[in-house]
Amino acid sequence: MEALLQPVQDLLGVAWVPVWTVVKIFLIILPLLGCVAYLTLAERKVIGWMQVRNGPNRVTFFGIKALGGLAQPIADGLKLLFKEIVLPSASSKALFILAPVLALAPSLAAWAVIPFSDGLVLADINAGLLYIMAITSMGVYGVIIAGWASNSKYAFLGSLRSAAQIVAYEIAMGFALVTVLMVSQSLNLSDIVKGQGQGMFADMGLSVLSWNWIPLFPMFVLYFIAGVAETNRSPFDVVEGESEIVAGHMIEYSGMAFALFFLAEYANMILISALTSIMFLGGWLSPVGFLPDGIWWLAAKTTFCLFFFLWLRATFPRYRYDQIMRLGWKVFIPVTIVWLVFIGGWMMSPLSIWK
Amino acid sequence: MAEIRNYTMNFGPQHPAAHGVLRLVLELDGEVVQRADPHIGLLHRATEKLAETRTWIQSVPYMDRLDYVSMMCNEHAYCMAIEKLLGIEVPERAQYIRVMFDEVTRILNHLLWLGAHALDVGAMTVFLYAFREREDLMDAYEAVSGARMHAAYYRPGGVYRDLPDSMPRYEVNKFKNAEAVKRLNENRSGSLLDFLDDFTSRFPRYVDEYETLLTDNRIWKQRLVDIGIVTPERAMALGFTGPMLRGSGIAWDLRKKQPYEVYDRMDFDIPVGVNGDSYDRYLVRVEEMRQSNRIVRQCIDWLRKNPGPVISDNHKVAPPSREAMKGNMEELIHHFKLFTEGIHVPAGECYAAVEHPKGEFGIYAMSDGANKPYRLKIRAPGFAHLAAMDEMSRGHMISDVVAIIGTMDIVFGEIDR
Repeated sequence: MEALLQPVQDLLGVAWVPVWTVVKIFLIILPLLGCVAYLTLAERKVIGWMQVRNGPNRVTFFGIKALGGLAQPIADGLKLLFKEIVLPSASSKALFILAPVLALAPSLAAWAVIPFSDGLVLADINAGLLYIMAITSMGVYGVIIAGWASNSKYAFLGSLRSAAQIVAYEIAMGFALVTVLMVSQSLNLSDIVKGQGQGMFADMGLSVLSWNWIPLFPMFVLYFIAGVAETNRSPFDVVEGESEIVAGHMIEYSGMAFALFFLAEYANMILISALTSIMFLGGWLSPVGFLPDGIWWLAAKTTFCLFFFLWLRATFPRYRYDQIMRLGWKVFIPVTIVWLVFIGGWMMSPLSIWK
Repeated sequence: MAEIRNYTMNFGPQHPAAHGVLRLVLELDGEVVQRADPHIGLLHRATEKLAETRTWIQSVPYMDRLDYVSMMCNEHAYCMAIEKLLGIEVPERAQYIRVMFDEVTRILNHLLWLGAHALDVGAMTVFLYAFREREDLMDAYEAVSGARMHAAYYRPGGVYRDLPDSMPRYEVNKFKNAEAVKRLNENRSGSLLDFLDDFTSRFPRYVDEYETLLTDNRIWKQRLVDIGIVTPERAMALGFTGPMLRGSGIAWDLRKKQPYEVYDRMDFDIPVGVNGDSYDRYLVRVEEMRQSNRIVRQCIDWLRKNPGPVISDNHKVAPPSREAMKGNMEELIHHFKLFTEGIHVPAGECYAAVEHPKGEFGIYAMSDGANKPYRLKIRAPGFAHLAAMDEMSRGHMISDVVAIIGTMDIVFGEIDR
């Protein structure tokens, strides 16, 4: 690989670094968008099976019946691409256009620090976790601006709900992450993963028991649930609760502008699942000693987490807005603080397993 | 100091939780409802006025379209009113068939209500499960009347025809192979009664399934308990009937209190709520489905053993058989008069009510002796329930308004008429 790239590097000279970075960005973004597209199909299929129906099974490639449904995301994408983007006459036009961009951009930007495998990361920065926290909190601006710029009462209510909800769950999420950084003593995501590969059980070839999910189990569960709330997924989907405020902030959007919100939501789902896998489920590490580590483990763990998103959606009714607030402020935040103190005490005690 | 105004929101008529065409003007303080003002009339089709220009029997199909999720119960009240005015007896077998289909209809209605209510509260899966069972009952409708929804099966004097000996079957097509069709047709090999018997033996298990998903679900309880409380006194004052009244703890059921047809021979219980909130009404309706299932089973047993006529032999009211009509001048005249001029109902007025799945559905009919009603008044249970919208939702949040609309089980066909 190095040998192949060397001539190109010599040719480009100083331009090499930016060009190579852009290439790497595309290498991350394009498969990611592909995953997003097929996650929509997976969602419809999985929920379909749970609801004793088939899900999409008509759109195929080249009329091959066995591939029924596989081309559905592409058909959906094309449809949305060709649809008119209606600009409400009473809206704030510039903000109206800006909002979907602001929603999607952070959910893609956050992938810069995700380590897919050992050394396979776009930006191996030391403040990785902080970067993630900062960038994912940006996503809410897209929602708030969309609600404001639409000049619609439903959209406005949706964005108000979203703002309150994200603030509440961001804190719980933050505390959950603080415990992770305490035990791994690093903000670098690669180091967090590597830290999980050490310990008594990892030495015995059972890395799965050394991962953070066991000592930090409450944080693991809590982080994932907060992630579901953060991405506005059922049962926390009051922001777009379709039977209450129809589609919330997206109500006035159509065509590709609407699709961008959708992409952002699904990209966020994948992001939260990937982060859960990295911080609690050992990222790219293999669960047992005799199998090699690699990116496929991260993919498998992320898929496992994503399935929970879909499963939750098919099972639960939706919370009411104030109940979400109550859960966030009165349950999650106290629990995280208690566990934070507990982990702190554990680390200081002679029984610490993180020395 | 800025002026603080309440937020007025137009909820519907184009809204997924409006159950049709409810327009609700909500005055909000933040998310808390200060006033809920239901606007109706968007589905007004003037059924009562139309009935004045149709012969008595021509209005039967209009009744299907009132509450279009419990079709046969509407017909039942209408036919009962005509029978009362005419003073005719309905054959016993027809009475059993009516009771059976009333209960099938109740299950149909409650299944739709359960699915829609759960969907409003955000649980999608129950909706599709409920529709799976509805499909079977729709097939029963189709077998008996030829129509899946708007049956027009009950007629003054009885029911249109006897229960069929065979069920419609699935056929092999591009999407269903022979094996799948065989599996689907398994319970359709016998008569309609066999099919319903099979359904009623499966149905309690399905209800358990819904209850697993909802009854003890914490989120479901958080969303329904203490939402839209109606005290027994207020429930009576507001004219509530059916599960809405029973959910508040008043054991009022026309099937028990003024039994019509053969309900007095049926063995069933009336579930009653305690707190009068949405959760109690949910429990009441789920239990009603189980009780309806019991009644259907009792009817199946009786109907199996007792063949007989299913419509009055008074040919001024019910048409003669095709065979008799072809060979008999008298019957031909009866047939001709009945289908051109219709039934002549003696002058008078009467009120006939049935325990409809949604409450007391009544028909007040006035006849001046002609072949058409002089005036027809429909008492729709949903109308009184919707009128309590403001009282029930005041002080709750927007999400609760949706839950309250769901718990009322409103259908605009009957409210707007």
